[in-house]
Amino acid sequence: MIAQVPEIRISQVQLQPESGAPNERPPAEEHPREVSAIRSFLLARGNSALADRGFHWLMVLCALSIFGIVVLIAVELVVRSKMAWGQFGLDFFYKAYVDTYTQQTIYWDPVNGHFSALPFLYGTLVSSFLALLMAVPLAIGVAVFLTEMCPGWLRPPLAFITELLAAIPSVIYGLWAMFVLVPLLREHVNPVLIRTLGWTGFFSDDNPTGLGFLAAGVILAIMILPIVSSLTREVMTAVPHSQREAVLALGATRWEMIRMGVLRNARIGIVGAIILGLGRALGETMAVTMVIGNSLDIQRSLLSNGNTMASAIANQFAEASGDLHLSALMELGLALFIVTIIVNAFAQLLVWAVTRGAPSQAH
Amino acid sequence: MTDHAATFIAILSTVVVVTPLVAVFIYLVYRGASSLSLDFFTQVPKPVGVAGGGMANAIVGSAILLGLGSLIGVPMGIAGGIFLAEFGRGTKLANAIRFTADVLNGVPSIVMGIAIYSLVVVPQGHFSAFSGGVALGVMMIPTVCRTTEEMLLMVPNAVREAALALGVPNWRSVLSITVKTASPGIITGCMLAFARVAGETAPLIFTAFGNVGRSMRLDEPIAALPLQIWIYAQSPYDEWHRLAWAGALVLIVLIVLAVSLVRYVTSRGVMKGAS
Repeated sequence: MIAQVPEIRISQVQLQPESGAPNERPPAEEHPREVSAIRSFLLARGNSALADRGFHWLMVLCALSIFGIVVLIAVELVVRSKMAWGQFGLDFFYKAYVDTYTQQTIYWDPVNGHFSALPFLYGTLVSSFLALLMAVPLAIGVAVFLTEMCPGWLRPPLAFITELLAAIPSVIYGLWAMFVLVPLLREHVNPVLIRTLGWTGFFSDDNPTGLGFLAAGVILAIMILPIVSSLTREVMTAVPHSQREAVLALGATRWEMIRMGVLRNARIGIVGAIILGLGRALGETMAVTMVIGNSLDIQRSLLSNGNTMASAIANQFAEASGDLHLSALMELGLALFIVTIIVNAFAQLLVWAVTRGAPSQAH
Repeated sequence: MTDHAATFIAILSTVVVVTPLVAVFIYLVYRGASSLSLDFFTQVPKPVGVAGGGMANAIVGSAILLGLGSLIGVPMGIAGGIFLAEFGRGTKLANAIRFTADVLNGVPSIVMGIAIYSLVVVPQGHFSAFSGGVALGVMMIPTVCRTTEEMLLMVPNAVREAALALGVPNWRSVLSITVKTASPGIITGCMLAFARVAGETAPLIFTAFGNVGRSMRLDEPIAALPLQIWIYAQSPYDEWHRLAWAGALVLIVLIVLAVSLVRYVTSRGVMKGAS
């Protein structure tokens, strides 16, 4: 035992200056996950094996608890939404109910115990789609400007500003939207939209408050811009320089270089960034709750009041009128949970596909 | 021609993106600063119609909730990160946990709110500061965990080997050598998680619930700054709107300070040399 240890040390010391040192770096970066031979040897002869094992298992336990938390959340949501699921089944997600006295279509009726998530699904989709429509071109524009055109001195402050945008809490965006954005839309934007595009039916003149899908869409767009643009920037930086140089060498202008050399190569990652932004928009609660106007109906006009899944939960949960109502809201939460997991996982996969292979593509 | 147009559009979109931020900030400072006073930090909310009053209870409440959240989220997150970087590299278990952490990160905060409601508030029988702290803590875990892992991966293997070669037991080596080397980065991660959670409202609505009085007890409903802003913003009273803006200013100053600190630490980058 005692004789072995110095032998290994000596051999390592001798080997490293000769051939090990210059060649060690590249393989170490390629296989960072492999534990080196020295390390496994040293680990095996530890004289405090008990403490080590205890520490190891403590860390495993903490890591596993992350797993446990997600499972607990899922189980809890499933158990609590069982009642609504048993009562309505899949009808919960698409069926409306017609009141026998007034002949009106009713979707969400806590008094009589009829619940259909349709208006909330619709509201979530419409507001998120509006947000993407506004945010995506802007985000790509910002990313192009920051990676390809921006003078060096301007880059750090602009990156800092986009980072700050991401750090502002949702409730402050909501506050600003309530007192600045909504009056602005009401006084100046909505009348113009009604006058010019009123004939499409998407902009009808029946909501004087200024709240509604459009206001929610605008504030959501502002909120998802930072994440979409910073991810797009990351993906575009991962495009190897040789691509840009090759396109430029063929005589392309700068825009052609960006279009053919950069955007085309980064498109999968950009789609991933957009979907990640969508995931954010779907689950965003406070700002949307404050400006969407809380209606339980489905209306065609983008200027009318609406509701999203998240805002319905935020508004009604505290004053739910019974077990079934609570259970229906839980089911809404479960649906939101599942949808965001799928959307996020898909987006993550796309972003990884581009950024992970980047260093190896560079050669 | 298209080249110039594209440049113009890119610059234009940057301006359009920067404008709302500047607008939010200017308006916030303008409205918030004019309503800030010493009373804001020392008084509890007054009933409607009575002038004055402040958010002392909400500031204290936020501090308690964030402290409790950090107490839960930071150790768990760091331990999870240590496992991912030091013990589980490349194993299936680590990949599964990494994926779960990302899932947890993507869970909408309102869903987290109702989940913690049914996990903690319902068995307990009442809203409490404790449940709010748990909600915030759970939301901190994935951010802390993933940044810890990334920072630990940057520590060169030679440092670990050197420690082990001196006969230091593995757990000591991890805690006082590897984690210590990566500590600026880990602290950054914790601050980021803290800043993110500090502004969360949705998970607190059904857990901490809010409180108009000065309460410091963990088993009672407690006020929180974002929650109070939300309640006041939706009220019809000008006086309360004023307080909401002041609260928003205090909150954003707190968060911007945290984020700037993070940027300062990372730009000085002890980690940059290590990688």
